[in-house]
Amino acid sequence: MMKKFLFSFKKNPELYIGLIISAFMVLLIVLGVMFSPYDPDAMDASAKFADPSINHIMGCDNFGRDLFTRLSTGGATTLLVAFFTVLIGVTFGIIVGALTGYYGGAVDEIMMRFNDAVLAFPSILLALVFISVFGSGTWKVIVSLGIVFVPSFARIVRGEFKRCKNLDYVRSARLMGASDIRIMFVHILPNTIPVLLSSTVIGFNNAVLAEASMSFLGIGVQPPQSSLGRMLSDAQAFLFSEPSYAVITGVTIALIVLGFSLLGDGLKKNA
Amino acid sequence: MKTVLKKIATFVITVLLVTLFVFIAFELIPGDAATYRLGINATPESLERLREELGLTRPFFVRYFSWLGDFFFGDMGTSISYGVSVRSMLASKLPITLTLTLMSFVLVVALSIPIGVITSKYEDRPLSKAVDVLGQLTMSIPPFFLGILITYLFGMILHMFTPGGFVSYDVNFIRFMGYLFFPAVAIALPKAAMSTKLLKTSILSERKLDYVRTAYSRGNSTMDVLYKHVLKNALIPVITFLGMTLADIVAGSLVIEQVFSIPGYGRLLISSISNRDYPVVQAIIAIIAMIVIFINLLVDIMYQVLDPRMRGN
Repeated sequence: MMKKFLFSFKKNPELYIGLIISAFMVLLIVLGVMFSPYDPDAMDASAKFADPSINHIMGCDNFGRDLFTRLSTGGATTLLVAFFTVLIGVTFGIIVGALTGYYGGAVDEIMMRFNDAVLAFPSILLALVFISVFGSGTWKVIVSLGIVFVPSFARIVRGEFKRCKNLDYVRSARLMGASDIRIMFVHILPNTIPVLLSSTVIGFNNAVLAEASMSFLGIGVQPPQSSLGRMLSDAQAFLFSEPSYAVITGVTIALIVLGFSLLGDGLKKNA
Repeated sequence: MKTVLKKIATFVITVLLVTLFVFIAFELIPGDAATYRLGINATPESLERLREELGLTRPFFVRYFSWLGDFFFGDMGTSISYGVSVRSMLASKLPITLTLTLMSFVLVVALSIPIGVITSKYEDRPLSKAVDVLGQLTMSIPPFFLGILITYLFGMILHMFTPGGFVSYDVNFIRFMGYLFFPAVAIALPKAAMSTKLLKTSILSERKLDYVRTAYSRGNSTMDVLYKHVLKNALIPVITFLGMTLADIVAGSLVIEQVFSIPGYGRLLISSISNRDYPVVQAIIAIIAMIVIFINLLVDIMYQVLDPRMRGN
């Protein structure tokens, strides 16, 4: 058992290290949100920039708010935004990719030209277009980023469907009289999961970064809701006097990104 | 030549699609130029008159093409917040963002190619492994956090630059370049790490191919094979990556400008979004998108030139 584990660890260390780091970060965030005795927004003038102690394990920020509690609620916001963003991206990506990949033809050509045009935009710039149209706020950020993520997933799914649609098992399903919808979603889709899974994790990672950048710029999640990007931008103002505030917040973002990017790489290797 | 023409045709179509998209997006925003000019107390009749005057009642595609035409001839409208022409606002900031972008790109190339070649040559040495781990860590640091760390370390502790002390290019060019160096590093490091990793993987897989063995068996030296044969082929995927990176760098500079208080396109874009100054937002986004599409075209053409295998289709 141990030997077998060590063997697969050596073959794909990214997968395991990524899994450990991302699970640890998610666990920490969930624990903080569920069990922290502090209100993330409760200010305490006497605890302004308090050092780490038994009461405040990571210290306090400029308003005397408990940093650990704020990081976990902020982290939860960031993770949820990323989750829903990827959910939108994957769902619509699968629909568009499956239809264009399976049927091909003129619709495919037009959709892919359009896809290329969208992919030509750097994702944050495209999200900024939507934000300036919709306005900022948590759900608007999710919808904006979600739309931005559709083309990349659509492209991956389309490629897989194009590859699979003439394989033997699809042909025999067709001979047995299965409908197109059934072939697409019952027969082909499950076979794309290994590829789709790793790109979903990588997409999740990009969504975390995009949300953090947008909140950092002040056009993403709006206060009083805390978000890691927003906290880092607040912390930058106190960089000289209280560098630990910025460092702890930044390291939290970096660890989430590191964990999920290793996990994505590992899954890709396994696929 | 035929493929190049085809690429240029695709480029034109993409530009049309992207500008159409930007145009539609800003058409969807409630309120038009007439309501902005006359304010909320305007009578419907005066609004109608101004709309007629501004040409807002014309059919959609007529408006789109007249906007696009004006845009290419440098008429980008008037800023709502400042009342000056968008063109004059953007012209003075272009050298700032352009310098930052190019400087970052040069850093990416200058760091990743030598490091990639050296680490792949000494693949099994501990130092090469250490560079891998360091690269993986660098890739995970969001550029804006890297920017903050650099501000703290080089600006506040080592006093190598004054955080927030941006000097414009028309005041003192040397100090302008000096100030932009650190933001450029913040943008470049994660990209350089990715490019190094890609180059290394590419060299290692290229080295396993038959023609490399043939070259060795003909008595070529290791250095000869590595530089004359392997590197040339291994660079092809890296160039594609670098092209995509240049687009990312343009976008990345938008965020980094905020960290280092550089008054370029990024800061202007963010403040214009907050102020709902749509003509400025529309112009900046259209310009950046066109730059990005143009870079993609150049990469595509370069790809054809470098890799004869691509020319067939």
